[in-house]
Amino acid sequence: MTALLQTPLHALHLELGARMVEFAGYDMPVQYPAGVMKEHLHTREAAGLFDVSHMGQVILRADSYEAVALAVEALVPVDIAGLKIGRQRYGFFTNEDGGLLDDLMLANRGDHLFMVVNAACKQEDLAHMIAHLKGVTIEPVTDRALLALQGPEAEAVLAALAPDVAAMKFMDVITSTILGAEAWVSRSGYTGEDGYEISVPEAKAEALARALLEDARVLPIGLGARDSLRLEAGLCLYGHDIDTATSPVEAALTWAIQKVRRSGGAREGGFPGADRILSEIHNGAERRRVGLRPEGRAPMREGTPLYASEAGGDPVGEVTSGAFGPTLGAPMSMGYLPSELAAPGTTVYGEVRGRRLPATVAELPFVPASFKR
Amino acid sequence: MKFTEEHEWLRPEDDVIVVGITEHAAEQLGDIVFVELPEVGTEVSKDDECVVIESVKAASDILAPLDGEIVEVNDMLIDNPAKVNDDPMGDAWFFKIKPADLSQMDDYMDEAEYKDMIS
Repeated sequence: MTALLQTPLHALHLELGARMVEFAGYDMPVQYPAGVMKEHLHTREAAGLFDVSHMGQVILRADSYEAVALAVEALVPVDIAGLKIGRQRYGFFTNEDGGLLDDLMLANRGDHLFMVVNAACKQEDLAHMIAHLKGVTIEPVTDRALLALQGPEAEAVLAALAPDVAAMKFMDVITSTILGAEAWVSRSGYTGEDGYEISVPEAKAEALARALLEDARVLPIGLGARDSLRLEAGLCLYGHDIDTATSPVEAALTWAIQKVRRSGGAREGGFPGADRILSEIHNGAERRRVGLRPEGRAPMREGTPLYASEAGGDPVGEVTSGAFGPTLGAPMSMGYLPSELAAPGTTVYGEVRGRRLPATVAELPFVPASFKR
Repeated sequence: MKFTEEHEWLRPEDDVIVVGITEHAAEQLGDIVFVELPEVGTEVSKDDECVVIESVKAASDILAPLDGEIVEVNDMLIDNPAKVNDDPMGDAWFFKIKPADLSQMDDYMDEAEYKDMIS
């Protein structure tokens, strides 16, 4: 068995009393002494600090931003060329079947395209880009840490170290100086709260984390609460809610495919799986990702089969993510259902420990977002 | 009081045994959000899945430590699962069982042996 990888904050996690688990080959904190519930609630009330250095940061360059953007558009069904400088956008790699290879963030940083990909997919994503991108230099960024500061107090906390972050709007990206080091900061995150994602040189990561934790409003947050926060926010987790078998239309991610890449747009198609994806945008997909509110108190976890009726019949779908929502105060799930059963308010039945329990299709997010638009 | 390898405590009370999980177990599980108790009157065999407890992220089973009949369950936990974290050794008992064979208690550890096991 190979040893687990460590982020630049590994020693700090241990010092803070984190319970560590393996995630995507890394030794990561799942919770700190406060526990998942308190860490989750604290993030929505004040500010939570997350180590997300395991994720992949990649710089892509060509002769111009437009050149690299157009090249990457051949792999991603998103308007990258039209992304303004200093702006970030959500996207995904698709495959020939119209399924999803990974979801990611893309930013126009002027002389390059900056990409952040999931830790579990970063090697495959790099290989995919190397195999298919023409005329682009691909530079994995291996010497920088990535921290996320999320919550209503995030702006006040970070602005004390870097005043220029206060003026940022949701999905802005800037270069700032924090504790004397060059920081790449985006106003974005994975929690539904206002907040920032901050890339710093790995040698500065611990000092930055300690400086942020010194602020009484900040608590360190582990992967356990990261998951309950993103699920309340209705956000997908690659490998669970989205994978190579789900198209972006089935996954209710059509909003991320700008008109210019759809049928009739100036740069329509031209990405893997375009036939299926453009057809599904036009005609609808057979199934759809939905939110689910179990009617009782029992959570319906990943893998729970979903039925259309209380008895009889085969499963019509399944739960892909499920947990208890600390802010919601109730269990919550995401899963796939046939489109005809996907309307909010529809009752379906999840089989939990041999019994079918009712759940109601619900709008996502379960908890409203608080972005600084 | 006796303790099982699965971190349950067993406390004789008149002719029944009260069963809960230890502080160590509650801490390991994390914040408890849901408890599913057996129905009163259920006959159980040792090692049957008896109680389901769920934390934010995962579900765990409590196994019946003895053969017997469930004579009382702690309904308070249905609306108040967090009690398991607050007072696992007292208020947050799960069920009371009328044992079919009291000698099964001999299989289990006393407090000193349990403390030893978890250290």
